[in-house]
Amino acid sequence: MIEHVPMEDHRKGTAALDEARLRQQAIGVKLRQMFDEVVNEAVPDEFLDILRKADRPAGDK
Amino acid sequence: MTETQVGRSPFDPPRDKAFKQELVTLIPHLRAFARTLTGDATAADDLAQDAMMKAWDARASFQLSTNMKAWTFMILRNQFYSEKRRSWRQSQLDQEAAERTLVAVDNPEAPVALDELRLSLRMLPAEQREALILVGAGGFAYEEAAEICGCAVGTVKSRVSRARRALQAILEAGAYDRDGGSAGDAMGSILADAERLSSLR
Repeated sequence: MIEHVPMEDHRKGTAALDEARLRQQAIGVKLRQMFDEVVNEAVPDEFLDILRKADRPAGDK
Repeated sequence: MTETQVGRSPFDPPRDKAFKQELVTLIPHLRAFARTLTGDATAADDLAQDAMMKAWDARASFQLSTNMKAWTFMILRNQFYSEKRRSWRQSQLDQEAAERTLVAVDNPEAPVALDELRLSLRMLPAEQREALILVGAGGFAYEEAAEICGCAVGTVKSRVSRARRALQAILEAGAYDRDGGSAGDAMGSILADAERLSSLR
């Protein structure tokens, strides 16, 4: 879409794009790390306790 | 009456058991998504617990063998925004909101152990942040993310792309610095730049 730029600028543009892509990949890796860090945390007991209590029918609601 | 109809009796122990087993495996993911939405571990766990119970209560309306992860993420997201709307009457997030988020990061009561990516993420408009998290970290396809966010696939694509650019710009400018008094202004111009760049495509 940016075809109107001169050839040399275009090459520079391509190199810059590659660099940008690499930086994006680095950010993507970090992003997943950040998310997975929480995914890999031990789940607090509270969660399972709540779910366990939900099992017992508290009367006929 | 077929098995998948919503009017089915809610009393179905084997099905409930299967549902619960799958729900339990999703808890870590719900916690992670909640953490990115709230930016606070305690609030995130409250949100994830609420979402988990909402999913459990709505289990009769869920069709087994469809994407339960996307379904629970949608519940969590809806819960987050309905709570937010209640406390802070604003659903349409914009640049102003991004700047307020930045101010919130400067709040001394905010968690201190935030790394630069976390801080930078908080500066993105919420809709861009969640789109990027779902696709870039949560492992969802654009189509699934669109379903979770209740918007068009193209909208998700453009939000993800704008989020990526803005995040990169913020990280490069070091504009996430919590000591920087002028960080709000820097943020405004970065977002404007990112916006201009993406409109050039």
